[in-house]
Amino acid sequence: MHVTSPAFKANAARALADTGLQKALSRSGPSAHAKRSRAVAALPEFERLRETGRDIKNHTLANLDFYLEAYAAKVEAAGGHVHWCSTAEEARAAVLEICRKAGARTVTKGKSMISEELGINDHLEANGIEPVETDLGEYILQLRKEPPSHIIGPAFHLNREDWEDTFRKSHIDLPFDRSFAQRRDILEEARGRLRARFLAADVGITGANFLIAETGSSVIVTNEGNGDLTQTLPRVHIALASIEKVVPTLEDCTSLLRLLARSATGQDFSVYTTFSTGVRRQGDLDGPEEYHVVLVDNGRSNMVGTEFQDMLRCIRCAACMNHCPVYGVTGGHAYGWVYPGPMGSVLTPALVGVDKAGHLPNASTFCGRCESVCPVKIPLPKLMRHWREREFERHLTPPTQRRALRLWAWLARRPEAYRLAMRLGIGALARFGRGKGAFTKLPGAGGWTEGRDLPAPEPGGTFMDRYQRQQRGRRA
Amino acid sequence: MSREAILGGIRRGLKRGELPADQQAMLRHRLESHPRHLIPARSRLPHDGQVALFIARVEAEFGTVERVPDAAQVPAALMDYLAGQNLGPRFVMAPHPELEGLPWADHPLLMVERRRAEGTDQVSLQHGYAGIAETGTLMLPAAPGRPTTLNLLPETEVVVLHADRVVGAYEEAWDLLRAENRDALTGGFMPRNVMLVTGPSRSADIEQTLELGAHGPRRLHVILVG
Repeated sequence: MHVTSPAFKANAARALADTGLQKALSRSGPSAHAKRSRAVAALPEFERLRETGRDIKNHTLANLDFYLEAYAAKVEAAGGHVHWCSTAEEARAAVLEICRKAGARTVTKGKSMISEELGINDHLEANGIEPVETDLGEYILQLRKEPPSHIIGPAFHLNREDWEDTFRKSHIDLPFDRSFAQRRDILEEARGRLRARFLAADVGITGANFLIAETGSSVIVTNEGNGDLTQTLPRVHIALASIEKVVPTLEDCTSLLRLLARSATGQDFSVYTTFSTGVRRQGDLDGPEEYHVVLVDNGRSNMVGTEFQDMLRCIRCAACMNHCPVYGVTGGHAYGWVYPGPMGSVLTPALVGVDKAGHLPNASTFCGRCESVCPVKIPLPKLMRHWREREFERHLTPPTQRRALRLWAWLARRPEAYRLAMRLGIGALARFGRGKGAFTKLPGAGGWTEGRDLPAPEPGGTFMDRYQRQQRGRRA
Repeated sequence: MSREAILGGIRRGLKRGELPADQQAMLRHRLESHPRHLIPARSRLPHDGQVALFIARVEAEFGTVERVPDAAQVPAALMDYLAGQNLGPRFVMAPHPELEGLPWADHPLLMVERRRAEGTDQVSLQHGYAGIAETGTLMLPAAPGRPTTLNLLPETEVVVLHADRVVGAYEEAWDLLRAENRDALTGGFMPRNVMLVTGPSRSADIEQTLELGAHGPRRLHVILVG
């Protein structure tokens, strides 16, 4: 997928001016908060489970090589194949090769963010194989040739009129004046279109929420049932998964599942949580005859052992973006790659480079809501700060900002000079602001005062001045 | 090869080589003993309470439940359900011995087909392996007598579940499977597919508003026996 993260500022400005997007965001954000809060309130153990979730993932990451090998051995014992792929290119080639060997003409797909990361659809299409997205949200995005804007609700940015419009333009064999009086009519039409595609597909590609070392299973979690149809009906099932998806046992997976749906959609449990282990068994009346796992690194092993290792705990619930004030106004597309919101602001620089994605970790006020809702307690603001540090170290920050940061660092390390500078600055502001109460404009801070006023400091000096006076007064 | 490159990259990051044998043995023991973590108090109830919780949770997730005192009443309960929903008498049934053994002959109006499901089937009758009270979840492991397509293709899925197969937490259902299921291919207990099903299919992709019946069944009905 083409990276437009370097244009984040322009993307964000465009998003703010997009009335349709703003309508969608203002509808969806608050309802996502309320749903999660209700589900969390109904499970008193939720906070303790977050600690369990964090510990399970940390244990796994500390022994990731062992668990991946144990997992792969179990997959192979169940008649499956594991394709280890270091890069996106290798993964695309592996998927194409499996599809070609299967003589595939059409491939159905369950929703998968790793598939977006790898660019599977474009690669299949370029090689004469038709990919069909079957998740309702992904389906309409494929019709509209748009990327997802949210990791669990890919069509988060669309309104009902967009759905109607797209379906009328795309399903041209149906009467143009048909009614979409209810949302259910949209759903019915998609169900009808996709049923035939499910039955005709030669290969089904899904992602994986978890891989289980104990049993060699890949796990998908869906509400629609499209992922299950995708992995059950075709002769060949391919599961795409990145290396950090592995967990040791069913019990570990179960504990994380208790966190996942509650954090993601506010459900206690998703409708379909399905564990796939190898190929159709003797006597089974359905299920795939071939089972392939394309196990993808694509930059993740480089994060192991660094300050960004915590990010590999992520279970892709989207709670961080649902609760992010920045995502809440820019939407997902502005972030410019596959993963938006706070988790994207940490992961994208790691996977595509901080030189391209440096704006993302800077577009945060560090309000901390993301960390407070993260089911595996990833310290997202801290990790974004680490990216800012790396950016500074690598001289990627603009010169003015660098000079300002240097000046601030020099002052911050010299308390006397810092206090003097504050005394001068605040004294000047207090003098100029006398009688005004607030500044609507300030030289050098036009960007800041454009949206709000700066309250003028009250007379009486800096905090330290006042504090010292008070202390002297007490002693006297 | 990429396998070595990936494992090597991870080990470099962790600043160690392959784990020493004693640590590998410890991790293998963790896999074999699969220790449980915190289990929410919600399902820590006597069995009657677990069954009541199971029913309440299925209904909260837009499923329906009917309780019959013994298995012989399942065909009549199914017939009444189909009539009540304005559905025809034709259905596809999981070829499971427990379902085969029911008195279908007493209900000649019902049209039973014993096979996997196809795209045009309207109603399926599935054998329930276990019920999980915690969230009203059905455990449906694939088997020759329990085809997966029955959970997916028909518009209406009816599941026959014995009340004594209702457990509290997911972990207890996994332990049932571990104890009872032998997989000939792997020698383990996992079949090709285990579905945990909580209510009928749904989607909230259109304006984050819930609609039932996305790609899977739009109705999920449980006939609870005993």
